[in-house]
Amino acid sequence: MSDDATTHEAQATPAAPYLKPLPEPTRVSQPFWDAARAGKLLIQRSKKTGKAVHYPRPVSPFGPDDELEWFEASGRGTVYTYTVARRPTAPPWANEPPLVIAIVELEEGVHMTTNIIDCNPSDMRIGLPVAAVFDAVTPETTLVKFRPTT
Amino acid sequence: MSLRGRAAIVGIGELKPVRHTEGATTLGMLAETGRQAVADAGLELAEVDGLITENFAEAPFMAPSTVVEYLGMKARFAEIVDLGGATGAGMVSRAVMAIAGGLCETVLCVTGTRRETQTSSGQRRAANSAFAGRRVDRTPYSEFEAPYGAIGANFGYAMIANRYIHEYGVNPEQLAKIAVAQRYNACHNPNAMFFGQPITIEDVLNSPVIVDPLHMLEIVMPCAGAAALVVTSARRAAKMKRPAAYILGAGENTTHRSITYAPSLTDTAIKAAADRAFKMAGVRRKDIDVASIYDCYTITVLLSLEDAGFCKKGRGGRFVDEHNLQWDGDFPLNPHGGQLSFGQAGTAGGMSHVTEAARQIMGRAQGRQVKKCRFAFVNGNGGIMSEQVSLILGRER
Repeated sequence: MSDDATTHEAQATPAAPYLKPLPEPTRVSQPFWDAARAGKLLIQRSKKTGKAVHYPRPVSPFGPDDELEWFEASGRGTVYTYTVARRPTAPPWANEPPLVIAIVELEEGVHMTTNIIDCNPSDMRIGLPVAAVFDAVTPETTLVKFRPTT
Repeated sequence: MSLRGRAAIVGIGELKPVRHTEGATTLGMLAETGRQAVADAGLELAEVDGLITENFAEAPFMAPSTVVEYLGMKARFAEIVDLGGATGAGMVSRAVMAIAGGLCETVLCVTGTRRETQTSSGQRRAANSAFAGRRVDRTPYSEFEAPYGAIGANFGYAMIANRYIHEYGVNPEQLAKIAVAQRYNACHNPNAMFFGQPITIEDVLNSPVIVDPLHMLEIVMPCAGAAALVVTSARRAAKMKRPAAYILGAGENTTHRSITYAPSLTDTAIKAAADRAFKMAGVRRKDIDVASIYDCYTITVLLSLEDAGFCKKGRGGRFVDEHNLQWDGDFPLNPHGGQLSFGQAGTAGGMSHVTEAARQIMGRAQGRQVKKCRFAFVNGNGGIMSEQVSLILGRER
């Protein structure tokens, strides 16, 4: 290791490395992840039907005479269903508090799997109103999570 | 052209599920159980001209030719099936298609998995790093769900259970009763993983909650094992001396990969698959003598009973209360113990629902034989209620 590298490491934040799975954006999904880094929830909708679509894709599920366009979603929704994982679902979540995994139904109608944070697991219920939170887990990646609205 | 009665299951092979198989190869296990099934059918390997298997860790691609070569057979039809837990039932429906289509006459369907302790498999993987990354998932699932810990299947079935409880309601005791009845059945099956270990409803409810609301004893335990079936033409089956299990109906339905995008969490893809199978067979729900229903979790069984049409939507809990689900009860369910108590050896776990239904139809389920067993319903379920394959088996063509 060179002296330069040592100096650089010494100046870096001594944060623990992020070892959980990270999204690998594709050409199609890049706008979603770029927007998340900027604190926005950007999803697609059908020009023909106006219906929202998630996850991002290059072709519309509503037929060949349709196109998808990006728009900024409200970030508001409700818990459609959830579970509290009392045991880790995978090794990177070991030694962490119970993880709340949920499907959120956005106001725009689409479902997203996500985590509910800043919430006591015993307060979780279906129908709970939630709002998007942008969690910068690494300098490159911001995950879209949700927290209860008060 | 209907596939009804065009082919039959005439041979069964199955390795007893075990927790670990240190040093064993999946290929060797497939060969062992495949040979069992061919011998059970009273055939020579040279009389088998079709092979259906699946991709497995040792053979992530070109699995059919790998197995054909290893067994020392020649196949006029060789294929893989990739339907998760529905793979076993899907192998049978595809074997019938190949036979009815005249591609071959006798198909060996074989699936299974070895399982090593994490340490030794990790060391092996590291040593075999040339293959690292070949099976990396780059689907929308890995991009939009895995980062949130939505990994494995437990979380998905737990989310289904919570939604079902919200929409219709079911008591923890009713779900637990499903696991208890299957354990009773396993105690009559010496090949079951949990033979000799009866449990009570209290045991289930006192076992730790893994993912709300599912307890440990409502969740399958992964293990190792293998299973095989020989499917042949009805013409050939009729000439054999032993009883055969004719495939009278087959129906499939696939609607999603990830539970997030399922059309419904509580009205499942099973309904259309089961309706198609019953329609083809011309058999009514009340004609079914044994139900062999995929049971990765107790909630899976509850939804399957409703969506396969054995009771109305939302009445699954009451159905469980009102019926005795033991092999010697009024609604025999998974007499082998189900995967919850027989064991889930990868997709051989799903295949176990077909092997057991065939045994029951053939009258060969010693110690747990359902009386007057004329018709069996089988359901295979892959992914998180994603891929569904239903079969109706019968004693006569």
